[in-house]
Amino acid sequence: MPDATLVIRGGTVIGPERSARLDVAVRDGAVVGLAEAIDPPRGAAVLDATGCLVGPGLVDLHAHLRQPGREEAETIETGARAAALGGYTAIVAMPNTEPAIDSAGVAGEVLALGAGCTAEVAVAGAITVGRAGTALAPLGELAALGVTLFTDDGAGVQDGALMRRALDYAKGLGVTLAQHCEDACLAAGGAMHEGSWSSRLGIPGTPAAAEEAMVARDITLARLTGAPVHFLHLSTAGSVELVRRAKAEGLAVTAEAAPHHMLLTHAAVAGYDPVFRVNPPLRTDEDVAAVVAGLCDGTIDAVATDHAPHAPESKEVPFDQAPPGMLGLQTALPIAWEVLSPHLAPERVFALMSAQPAAIARLTATDPRVGGHSAQGGPVELGAVANLCVFDPAATTVVDPMQLASRSRNTPYAGRTLAGAVRHTVLRGEPVVIDAVAQR
Amino acid sequence: MSGSRHLLSVSDLGTDGIAEVLRVAEAFAEVERRSVPKVPTLRGKVVATLFFEESTRTRLSFETAAKRLSADVLSLAVATSSVKKGESLRDTVETVEAMGIDAVIIRHSSAGAPHLVARWVERAHVVNAGDGWHEHPTQALLDCFTVRQVLAERKGVAPDELGIGCFEGLRVLIVGDVRHSRVARSEVLAYTALGAHVTLAAPGSLLPPSLEGWPVEVATDLDAALGDADVVSLLRLQAERGSGSFVPTLREYTARWGLTARRAARLGEDAIVTHPGPMVRGVEIASDVADLPRTVVTQQVANGVAVRMAILFLLLGGELPGTAEVPAVA
Repeated sequence: MPDATLVIRGGTVIGPERSARLDVAVRDGAVVGLAEAIDPPRGAAVLDATGCLVGPGLVDLHAHLRQPGREEAETIETGARAAALGGYTAIVAMPNTEPAIDSAGVAGEVLALGAGCTAEVAVAGAITVGRAGTALAPLGELAALGVTLFTDDGAGVQDGALMRRALDYAKGLGVTLAQHCEDACLAAGGAMHEGSWSSRLGIPGTPAAAEEAMVARDITLARLTGAPVHFLHLSTAGSVELVRRAKAEGLAVTAEAAPHHMLLTHAAVAGYDPVFRVNPPLRTDEDVAAVVAGLCDGTIDAVATDHAPHAPESKEVPFDQAPPGMLGLQTALPIAWEVLSPHLAPERVFALMSAQPAAIARLTATDPRVGGHSAQGGPVELGAVANLCVFDPAATTVVDPMQLASRSRNTPYAGRTLAGAVRHTVLRGEPVVIDAVAQR
Repeated sequence: MSGSRHLLSVSDLGTDGIAEVLRVAEAFAEVERRSVPKVPTLRGKVVATLFFEESTRTRLSFETAAKRLSADVLSLAVATSSVKKGESLRDTVETVEAMGIDAVIIRHSSAGAPHLVARWVERAHVVNAGDGWHEHPTQALLDCFTVRQVLAERKGVAPDELGIGCFEGLRVLIVGDVRHSRVARSEVLAYTALGAHVTLAAPGSLLPPSLEGWPVEVATDLDAALGDADVVSLLRLQAERGSGSFVPTLREYTARWGLTARRAARLGEDAIVTHPGPMVRGVEIASDVADLPRTVVTQQVANGVAVRMAILFLLLGGELPGTAEVPAVA
């Protein structure tokens, strides 16, 4: 491999079906060599990957980057840095900014700010103007900029007729509508999962039914319209079962789940620490088991972080007054690994975090336009864009909120030691993270 | 108090801790009967009341208790404080503690606010005076204290002689808006810790969504449950927390769940009726019933001071559980 400028040595390359002990040579942003032993040419950079898994760069369908409007909590640059440190090479920025991403102007600004960051930043547009749930946002105008995912995330589209119209209107645009499933009336006032803990702690609860009612409604709308629907952050056993049946019926539905819904339960709220306030809320052991089972049997297509930074002072208030949300980008892969690797082969874990979310967000082919992106989601093969995540499953990640790249510190895993650690991240051939240190 | 530095929940006390509070409160009740009802026990200590929610009896009761123990009392009136200028709870608490406060008594509309405050303070003791729907520990303690006092009077013995044995098997019926009631949550913990049987009686919409782990029974028919009760704890329908919309009308609520005169006639001869106040006469309790001798609301208020003296004494005196000596009151 005389021309390689970067060689990743000693790792196991994760393929779509199986994996193999291979070195990876990179040049001009592409994979140019895959062999058991590659001698790095003079001057080439070398990344040690001994004992590591070398997979496609991760793709996050669900990141709140807070810019524009809440730059004290996060910026596109800091969010992208957190992403790179977490092994991500692409993230989808959620539209609940201030102003919302409901016009070509705001979308263009976010895409421009994302260019040159340490992870590629795609944009999800709002379904309705201002995410107010009353009038359709210009979906076509946004689609023309390359926006392929739309959601009012933070809230569900409450008006079923409006959601139906959006699904009908979106046909032919090559986009997918994604729903934050929460019936606002059923959820009104709730600050945690309604159940044994909320009853004991005296905190107003949100019933699982608030989520399931909208999942059920939107499955019927997917059936009615034939349009694809993506379900964001499924958190209840009932939701998982509804999606399982919809898929068995052949409907064009996809779903994601967040790492915290794979691991944490409502019992975490016992100490009233607002860091555990999140929406959808942390639920029961049975719900966590159902989410994990859904990821394992293919009902849920993707792990998505729902990375939701909040400035420290906004989380230093009583539980029910704190905004919902927790950090996720830097801890997602170790948590997914801890939870899923006992049940799934490494190839499947990576598929849930890279190929499948990339397909849902339609990021798998290079979009050469301004504000476009490189091919994401792998596979790692000759000629592919070198978007890579090098993960050491034998290492550990100790979570120190002060050391995270995010501007905020609201990680629910503070002080925890997680299984596995992201070692290197390569974006279009550039090592943006080396030995868990961001290079820029 | 069972080693806990704060009183955030009745569960911080445990059965022995509750027994100790009742025992110490009994000694302070004696102080209150004196011509000069004051002891120097907490002289030099400073107690601050931080009430972020309105209150009449609880605040007065705590401040009276602190003064009878000779502590200095600072009272933060939220309406006129920097809280109105946007000062955060954390900064408010740190400001207050910087003034050398020994105990912070907090009431807040958010469940868990006292827990946050307890995490932020460095040396002050935190007492929960009511947090959202969560707990109101001192109310439950004074309810237990009052019930024992009545039982002792009837037997013609001193309450201390009864110990906590008088609660064993006692049938306590809690009626009304349990869902939104911090008093109910604390009472369930306190009465069951003392060995009583607790039954909740409420329309389904005013019960907590889940009673998993609650050592209680639920009665769906108030009339049937009343005859068995030794103690009936009535709760206020918390209209200011939106409880009004949980029942069709107040008239229907009163008809089905109020302690009307007709219904009160079903009570056993010795049944005691408690109410944490403020009572809404004509809704959860008929005015005539409120004025019956078995209704001990005024006694509850009077006992509140002694019980809160005991709490402040036990927390600020720093005694170890079981070793706290009742102060010299001779």
